[in-house]
Amino acid sequence: MKSICLYFQVHQPYRLQTYRFFDIGINHDYYDEFANSSIMQRVAQKCYLPMNRLLLDLIKEYGSAFKVSFSISGMALEQFESCAPDALKSFQELAKTGNVEFLAETYAHSLSALSDKEEFMRQVKMHAQKVEELFGQKPTTFRNTELIYSDDIGATVAGMGFDVMLTEGAKHVLGWRSPNMMYTNAINPNLKLLLKNFRLSDDIAFRFSNQGWNEWPLTTDKFTQWLNELDKKDEVVNLFMDYETFGEHQWEETGIFDFMAALPGAIYKNTDLKFATPKELGKQLQPVAPVHVPYPISWADEERDITAWLGNDLQNEAFDKLNALSSKVKHINNPSIQRDWLYLQTSDHFYYMSTKWFSDGDVHKYFNPYGNPYDAFINYMNVLSDFIIRVENEGVDVDEELKDIKEAVSSMSEKAEKAVKKAAKKVKETLEKGKELNFDDIKDMSDSAIKKLLKEIDIETLTGALKDTKEDLAERIIPNLSTKARKEYDKLEKELKKVKKSDIRKYRKMVEDKLNELFGK
Amino acid sequence: MRILMFGWEFPPHISGGLGTACFGLTKGLAKHGVNVIFVVPRAYGDEDEQAVRLVNASDVTFDLEDKEYKEFWSRVKYMEIGTNIIPYVAPEDFEKVVEKNKKTSQEFTSNVFSRRYQFSGKYGTNLMEEVSRYALIASAVAQKEEYDVIHAHDWLTYPAGIAAKKASGKPLVVHIHATEFDRTGENYNEIVYGIEKEGMEAADMVIAVSNLTRNTVIKRYGINPDKVVTVYNAVEPVKSNETQTLKKNVKEKVVTFLGRITYQKGPEYFIEAAYKILQKDRNIRFVMAGSGDLLHKMIERVAALKIADRFHFTGFLKGDDVNHMFALSDVFVMPSVSEPFGIVPLEAMRIHVPVVISKQSGVSEILRHALKIDFWDVDAMADSIYGLCNYDALSETFKKYGKEEVENLKWENAAFNVKMVYETVFP
Repeated sequence: MKSICLYFQVHQPYRLQTYRFFDIGINHDYYDEFANSSIMQRVAQKCYLPMNRLLLDLIKEYGSAFKVSFSISGMALEQFESCAPDALKSFQELAKTGNVEFLAETYAHSLSALSDKEEFMRQVKMHAQKVEELFGQKPTTFRNTELIYSDDIGATVAGMGFDVMLTEGAKHVLGWRSPNMMYTNAINPNLKLLLKNFRLSDDIAFRFSNQGWNEWPLTTDKFTQWLNELDKKDEVVNLFMDYETFGEHQWEETGIFDFMAALPGAIYKNTDLKFATPKELGKQLQPVAPVHVPYPISWADEERDITAWLGNDLQNEAFDKLNALSSKVKHINNPSIQRDWLYLQTSDHFYYMSTKWFSDGDVHKYFNPYGNPYDAFINYMNVLSDFIIRVENEGVDVDEELKDIKEAVSSMSEKAEKAVKKAAKKVKETLEKGKELNFDDIKDMSDSAIKKLLKEIDIETLTGALKDTKEDLAERIIPNLSTKARKEYDKLEKELKKVKKSDIRKYRKMVEDKLNELFGK
Repeated sequence: MRILMFGWEFPPHISGGLGTACFGLTKGLAKHGVNVIFVVPRAYGDEDEQAVRLVNASDVTFDLEDKEYKEFWSRVKYMEIGTNIIPYVAPEDFEKVVEKNKKTSQEFTSNVFSRRYQFSGKYGTNLMEEVSRYALIASAVAQKEEYDVIHAHDWLTYPAGIAAKKASGKPLVVHIHATEFDRTGENYNEIVYGIEKEGMEAADMVIAVSNLTRNTVIKRYGINPDKVVTVYNAVEPVKSNETQTLKKNVKEKVVTFLGRITYQKGPEYFIEAAYKILQKDRNIRFVMAGSGDLLHKMIERVAALKIADRFHFTGFLKGDDVNHMFALSDVFVMPSVSEPFGIVPLEAMRIHVPVVISKQSGVSEILRHALKIDFWDVDAMADSIYGLCNYDALSETFKKYGKEEVENLKWENAAFNVKMVYETVFP
């Protein structure tokens, strides 16, 4: 028995307001609040609320036989919370039915998988946590922004403990193989892959209302007939699409809601397919083979690659300049910087800069607030330039830095003081022991003690005693001589070419006697 | 003395320096007792008419059956709009222009002869149609008004100037603010060139805005040097609100290019110089303000050089935003490949911004307190910019003496020279 897996993507970016060069360094408010809230409210009215109601009714009608899955980006979740709480509530109602799986993705709907593994993992964890908070389930299935996938990305996701990941059934990756089976990651076979059946998915998502399409109008009978025509060996049909398909991309007037309301019934009636969530499929199905994806794929455009986001110089420049901040931002504990760091990473900003837009038509135009990719680039770079200044200013807070230096200096001088005290104590202890002091002990004495000693000894004796001594001892003594004594010493030292060993001993004995007289018992 | 003057634009509805220059000149002429009747294709009603009486060509109506006009029209050949003919058109309008171009010539003729005609007064879609209609109206206005000399600014108004001269027999002065070679280089449009040449030949006197332009007029258009006179432009005195010091928004030095982003203005040399400097000194930001057919190409170049975090674009600026931009600038650069005069550096200097200008600009003939470089010499441009950003003694000198110098370039003086030209044709 085959399965059918419905997954819907919900995402809304934080669109930027017109931000000019003059705003750089002055205005840190980047977002078009009016556009963002009005778009969110419009889409909630036209899509999220009616479609959630429809799904809820289907679940009530068919019970556990009807299942769907969602991935809702952190950007959309935050905007639900601020502008469309009723939409969030209706998603939570769906969650409560137990028939709906919520997937994890990058919190910011970002391209971090392509640039920064650490940031990618941080955002995935952040999103999983948010999903758990709002919907009461810990995601075990992962889908990346725009279904972007490669062997390496899959391995990272597997390493984070996910069981299943969704991606595109791209022809250039699959070759002759069917997307309607379960595969595994090429590096870590623990990660199972479900691949989008792009023909059947796009029949609904893109072609449903296209009157130039030779299959128009699409009916549930026709669609279930196609499902029946699938190869016997096929195990799962993955219908992955933007949730905004319903009511936004395909208006209500096209009959899209009626189609979806009738689809489950038609599937039960005409086929033997059953609905399943990605998590269930990961447990039920046996993977057939690893799939090798050395270069990233996505669900976009004919090429199914990432060139819609990172395909020209504008996009690469903006993306590189943004990512260069990653290591700095990590250490900044400022909530508004952390927020903007996420919002600016959203893939839509780079999508708006696509020059494929000119040829690749409608999908790129959708929701695009800019007239052309150049305006999108200028506006984004102006915002990013301000953000860079803020990040850099956080790094070099002069007052903070000065405070740090002062603290370091004072702790160092404290330590030095302690060390000096300890040394002085040691010398004193040694001296107080009352043992017989000898000539070599001078080098452990304090400067003041040495000076005191030198006052009592005539220079000739000293010069004789110091002949042929170890260097370190002489170095302790000679600097402690007065200027006058030093001169005399230098003079005598030169004259005193050779001294008998017995004489040296004699002189040293004289010094030692004095030493014991002053500091001994 | 009364002058019938034809100009395509008048402040505040301007897209380049031409309207500003016309306005300054008419004010200067008024001080010398010269009255000006100024004919624009389209008046909006908010123009400053203190020095001129504005005639709105859109308000002038015609008798369709008038044989004289029909006859005039038969001499005006149908002119096709090519891509180079409209150098001022914004890139986003270009597609539309090409689209509209497919109009038939029959439609064109009937439009020109409609009873009333609403001019756009821009440099857009049906420019040639407007130029022709404007010439028709000129001959009507020329018979109605009282004046001594006809004065026409740039090629768009030369057919009007010629028509007015034919209708009235009054002497004609044409004023060359830019030639077709300045706008398009060697890929010049033959029709525009033809109109320019015809205007200069029909004129009793030709005024060029610099010796550079005067040479072009003599060499490229074969005009008798005796009737070509150089009169330099000037700049309006600074208004008090322009001198307000604005708080700078970034801590780095700001180096600005401000003008149309077209071949003529040499924007790519500015980008290459910026790239060179940024390899050495990251404490400078570059701004390219303006719009034009090369804008997208320039954005792509900046992205490819990976300097977009230090090189910013503002789009087209007008009014206060221009002054705002100057106020934030530490250096202004005009790297024009060919600039008959170039009034923008004067606007920068009068509010204390040091300038780097190309030797290929007319204004470099008269300015002393400006660093002058060849537009193609990117190294010299980079040197000059770097010097003005880093050596305060240099920039302070330029700020101080530059302002003084510009304040001495008065429209009153330029207008006096223009009046002298009038007197040679109307003694």
